[in-house]
Amino acid sequence: MAELVVESRQDDHSATPRVSLRGDMTVQTVARLEQALAALPAAQELIIDVAQVDHMDTAGAWALARLRRRREAQDQRVRIDGLTAQLETLLERVDEALPQPDPPQAPPRGLLVQLDAIGRAVAGGLALAAEALAYFGIFLARLGRSLRHPGEFRLTSLVHHCQDVGWRAVPIVALMGFLIGIVLAFQGSVQLRQFGAEVFVVELIAISMLRELGVLLTAIIVAGRTGSAFTAAIGAMRMREEVDAMRTLGIDPGMVLFVPRILALLITLPILTLVANVAGLVGGALMAWAELGIAPQLFYIRLTEQVSVDHAIVGLVKAPVFAVIIGVIGCHAGMRVEGNTESLGRLTSSAVVAAIFTVIAVDALFSVFFARLGV
Amino acid sequence: MERDAIIRIRGLRNQFGPQVIHENLDLDVMRGEVLGVVGGSGTGKSVMLRTIAGLRRPQAGSIEIFGQDALGANDAARREIDLRMGVMFQDGALFSSLTVRENVEVPLQNVRGLPPKLRRELADLKISMSGLPYSAGDKYPSELSGGMRKRAGLARALALDPEILFLDEPTAGLDPIGAAAIDTLVQQLSRALGLTVFLVTHDLDTLHAICDRIAVLAEKRVLVTGPMARMLEVDHPWVREYFHGPRSRAAADALQRNA
Repeated sequence: MAELVVESRQDDHSATPRVSLRGDMTVQTVARLEQALAALPAAQELIIDVAQVDHMDTAGAWALARLRRRREAQDQRVRIDGLTAQLETLLERVDEALPQPDPPQAPPRGLLVQLDAIGRAVAGGLALAAEALAYFGIFLARLGRSLRHPGEFRLTSLVHHCQDVGWRAVPIVALMGFLIGIVLAFQGSVQLRQFGAEVFVVELIAISMLRELGVLLTAIIVAGRTGSAFTAAIGAMRMREEVDAMRTLGIDPGMVLFVPRILALLITLPILTLVANVAGLVGGALMAWAELGIAPQLFYIRLTEQVSVDHAIVGLVKAPVFAVIIGVIGCHAGMRVEGNTESLGRLTSSAVVAAIFTVIAVDALFSVFFARLGV
Repeated sequence: MERDAIIRIRGLRNQFGPQVIHENLDLDVMRGEVLGVVGGSGTGKSVMLRTIAGLRRPQAGSIEIFGQDALGANDAARREIDLRMGVMFQDGALFSSLTVRENVEVPLQNVRGLPPKLRRELADLKISMSGLPYSAGDKYPSELSGGMRKRAGLARALALDPEILFLDEPTAGLDPIGAAAIDTLVQQLSRALGLTVFLVTHDLDTLHAICDRIAVLAEKRVLVTGPMARMLEVDHPWVREYFHGPRSRAAADALQRNA
């Protein structure tokens, strides 16, 4: 349906070349039109006849206008014949609007630019960490304030978040702990059997689960589940200017948004860790029974006699620290959301990554710390 | 002046659950006209726009666009119709992960055999025709002001030179200067391109300045259509209040002073 015919005619050498266009000059045919027009030979004057064009849109008019501009820049004239009044307006509009590209600026390059980028990234990262630390300070200050003025504290909100963050996470955390226990027992039994030391699988499961894996994996799941939810919820409020509205109404976002959320994490993460620990021990015991024939009674006796309760304490002590890390990073990222949906998505995922990374880094610090203490 | 209807709506019914928005709604949009649709909040102006643009299926009624049954059309036919219409949403509805230029290029990607360089140049032309500076092409929607986003949305809606342009509150939230600029732009483009414009608005200045006809939505249907002069004679409480209110008089006075 999109047909375009370009006919070039020159009666003799002195006459003005005349190009007749027929058919459609639309966005469908503009590629061919542009080629045909560019291929026309240079001439003092050129007449383009569009009287027989069925349909012309901005793309067609643009090709004509641009040809005219180009030729006029080289002191050649272009006359366009057969324009209806409407097409005349169109051509005028397009001609006025022909984009004038700004002169391109050569981007600076070289070692200096790369150094500059690295420097900026480092400074940005440090500033971000400082900001997150400031949010921790805000949380502590508001928490202290709610101790002095209990009336300002949002108990309903806290309970709501405890349910959301804690109670609803119990099934997934328990299942995760149970499966990790099974994996540990199974892998451990394969190795320990070679030495005939099967019974040590109890210590293997208990120490690794209670000391490290229970709390670490729970924190990772909660970071993915709750940290992202904090960012998304606060970020969405930022986007709809709800946070600004709170400020103008004299409501402190720190008190209303941060304290209940982070406090809920602080309360529930140790409990969730305990759930994961118990589930892990149950899973490990079942697997040890099935795989190595260690009866649950034996498992229990060995667990209580050989494994110090210190391991469980070392694990649980870390939980509140991880909770604060996840909560502060989640809330901070939410407050960094700007007006657009893209930043919401970007910050949500970056909050999860930052929270998990920080949790693991702090866990490593804890390991060194406890090793020095000799616990 | 007898002109053919480019959109013909008959017996349209839209309802959300038990709430009926439109009942037995008839409307003709003539080729080449600028039709302004007005109505109180909640009378379903935007719902009507969305229904015609194919974003919502009505519960009953028929819609003919370009003489084709738009509701009974299969996917391919509907797509053909869609490519001949452009919609500008209230806040531009630009794709936030693309630059303005890439946004305008999206509809142009439907054109077969259009080289990327040409596509980019055409996108630049539309951006410039919408009254945006050249440098706006490289920006992301989040870096633009509300007025610029509307212009960019207009540039995208115009990318394929549609025959019908739907505008959802094109001047809402703009300062008077920006609003007037959009009005002029729409008028110029509709004249230069022979566009049919379907415009939902609350802006009395827009209605006075650029609309050939006005359709009033009230009582779940199009109560009355006609040019501004006719609106002033209608004897319906809402219509009278709307067009004879202080704001309307101010807009009419302003137009007369400028004329």
